Amino acid sequence: MTQVLRIEGLRVQSASGDVLVHDVDLELARGEVLGLIGESGAGKSTIGLAALTYARPGCRIVGGRVLLGGTDLRGLDAAGRRGVRGARVAYVAQSAAAAFNPAMSLLNQVCEGPVRHGLMSRAQARERAVEAFRALDLPDPHRFGERYPHQVSGGQLQRAMAAMAISCQPDVLVLDEPTTALDVTTQIEVLAHLKKLIALYGTAALYISHDLAVVAQIADRIIVLRHGKIVETGPTQAILTSPKTEYARALVAERKAAELGVKTRERDRADTVLTVEDVTVSYGRRDVVRSAQFTIARGEIVAVVGESGSGKTTLAYAICGLVAARAGCISFEGAPLAPHYTRRTREELRRIQLVFQLPDVALNPRHSVGLIVGRPAAFYFGMKGPDLKVRVAELLVSVGLDPSIANRYPGQLSGGQKQRVCIARALAAKPDLIVCDEVTSALDPLVGEEILKLLRRLQEDLAVAYLFITHDLGTVRRVAHRVVVMLDGSIVAQGAVADIFDRPGHPYFARLMASAPQMRPGWLEEVLKGRAGSQGDTSIARSGTGSHLLE
Amino acid sequence: MSPTLRARPPVIVMCAAVIVVLIVGAALLAPWIAPHRESDFFGVVWGPPSAANLLGTDNLGRDMLTRLIYGARNTVGIATLTTAIAFLIGVTSGFVAASVGGWVDTAVSRCVEILLCVPVLISSLMVISVLGNSIPVLIGTIGILESTRVYIIARAVARTVTVREFVSVARLRGEGLAWVICREMLPNALHPLIAEAGLRFSFIFLFIASLSFLGLGIQPPAADWGSMVRENAQAINFGLYAPLYPASAIALLTIGINLLVDRFATSQARPGGHAIEI
Repeated sequence: MTQVLRIEGLRVQSASGDVLVHDVDLELARGEVLGLIGESGAGKSTIGLAALTYARPGCRIVGGRVLLGGTDLRGLDAAGRRGVRGARVAYVAQSAAAAFNPAMSLLNQVCEGPVRHGLMSRAQARERAVEAFRALDLPDPHRFGERYPHQVSGGQLQRAMAAMAISCQPDVLVLDEPTTALDVTTQIEVLAHLKKLIALYGTAALYISHDLAVVAQIADRIIVLRHGKIVETGPTQAILTSPKTEYARALVAERKAAELGVKTRERDRADTVLTVEDVTVSYGRRDVVRSAQFTIARGEIVAVVGESGSGKTTLAYAICGLVAARAGCISFEGAPLAPHYTRRTREELRRIQLVFQLPDVALNPRHSVGLIVGRPAAFYFGMKGPDLKVRVAELLVSVGLDPSIANRYPGQLSGGQKQRVCIARALAAKPDLIVCDEVTSALDPLVGEEILKLLRRLQEDLAVAYLFITHDLGTVRRVAHRVVVMLDGSIVAQGAVADIFDRPGHPYFARLMASAPQMRPGWLEEVLKGRAGSQGDTSIARSGTGSHLLE
Repeated sequence: MSPTLRARPPVIVMCAAVIVVLIVGAALLAPWIAPHRESDFFGVVWGPPSAANLLGTDNLGRDMLTRLIYGARNTVGIATLTTAIAFLIGVTSGFVAASVGGWVDTAVSRCVEILLCVPVLISSLMVISVLGNSIPVLIGTIGILESTRVYIIARAVARTVTVREFVSVARLRGEGLAWVICREMLPNALHPLIAEAGLRFSFIFLFIASLSFLGLGIQPPAADWGSMVRENAQAINFGLYAPLYPASAIALLTIGINLLVDRFATSQARPGGHAIEI
């Protein structure tokens, strides 16, 4: 195999002089896929961009060589680099929705590269684009390009981005978390198409992801990164089965735990905390949640799973009163709650607490941690002075934080610490029910794992009930006693976790389960083979949605 | 503390600070630092600079430097008070409207739009001609009229803050409107509001100057920069500098204030603004 890309001793610095990437070496052969894996801040994307000799604003590549087919790209002038970018090394961004220009049709954006680089005429570029659309199974490949980014689904947009990246037939593709923003069932298609595309064009690829299971499906080799350094490198199979370093072992173990789950014993469900009866929530004329019905017992963890747009977050907001239910009844310990929070009493508000998905926006950046955590205690229980200080310290310790953190501001904390502060704030109200809206989805896998452990421990210590909104079945398996499955605003299945996972009653849940990536290489092919036989092929279902969007 | 965060402000910002401090100092200390009294006559109309009259004399033969110093007092003082009133009314109503929403928002917004339809100059001319042009009337009128502009900005800013999740958390806790506005929303809206305050101050200041220029602002013999430009405008025909002194004072203060506000705005806009406190 011939070598295409070789990076030697790469060093990247931020504006303030912090080294983001320390002397990283890697090489990539034609047709090879190299997985870069690590938590956020590990320097994965920085390395990916450095393959295009590009650094994010404020960052600088300060050392090393980036050799593409023998020439050092760092030695080229700006015009020379422009000639390489897009043409010989192409980049696929994480969020296609943010990376496309909303004011240009998809075809114009896909053809822009080859035409600008002078590689093809417009007609040739158009022909190639249609060919790529067809290879990526996009609906109606001849007319697909006439659409604008907002007219197609997220999965289609991500595929269009891949079509754009290969439009110049580059030697190297840099794929930066291309499926992270997608739902599991969509992710699987995009992953399959990327794999097909790489095989079809014989392109080498750097695949950047934080999800080991996803990388396992596509990469030949894996590099594990942490704090800008290479921790471990090796063939995919070797990393998955016998990781040598402790960090890689932790990553693999976390993923395995998600696949196996934790045995939870069925709880006594006699003492009901929350009852949701026939609740319907609508935005305008559209029903987002339809006739939802379930109960939560004291100290029980109920997970609500579903893809984005299934109405699970709206359901959580309706329970908290943030959006008013149009019909139905939500009652707390038998007493009906007003639909909107403004009509609920302070005591009712205290007993249901909400923890948001993104800790960055859920904490007031101008308040110290002490104020954030102390305020509910002061507000509900009238604590002040030294008592309050003691209580804040106690709460911070209970979520595994150092009490000295009380003087800091959210901007000075890491994502995991912020989420712990959010949990401490919820606990300060001594609630009976905590509604957790995707609390781990914005966090790195190992950090998320710690948060889940914390929530479980708190549940055992305090007997507080949780309503756990998530799209990740691994999370459900690890924390929940019961699970409620939502599809397009309706609850399609519910029951004890063990029962539902062993005998998924509804085909949708079975598909969801099958779509959750597993680490076993070859899993992707198995799933696709299984799907090809069955009638309810997702890609056909998705294309249907797409053409309906066009009208 | 990272050295980049405590870097010395650029020279231009230092200059702006010096200008603003000098003008505010002159306004505060006018009776002590002015070489003469506000309405002392020296006989020569538009006299050239001399030892007694450093910047020469004005259209009635009064000392230009003295008039400029006293003018700072009137112009800056009134503009500051007016800006304060405009912000008090505008920010309070804007934040209440945005966070309460519903019919309160609609009612206040429609009222503000009615006021906005009429040009400020026309409505203030009307009010001043009815109520007479005393300084309190001037301050009150311009303050209320300008508060409509502040309201628009404040409401827009508040609407982006009020949907943020930490505000939802506070509301779900059952917090009152005062806490939600003062503790949760205002601190996070400060940066655009302060930028707006700097601009608004300049606009009000120029507006008072233009009212004075029309003879409806601050009345003689009290000095103010706008009326000084008007009184001395004729001197331009004779190739004299007289009107340029008050005009450049207006320009300098406007530029100075805006540079300072810009500086403040960018320092607040840094990601993780609180890192400065480490």
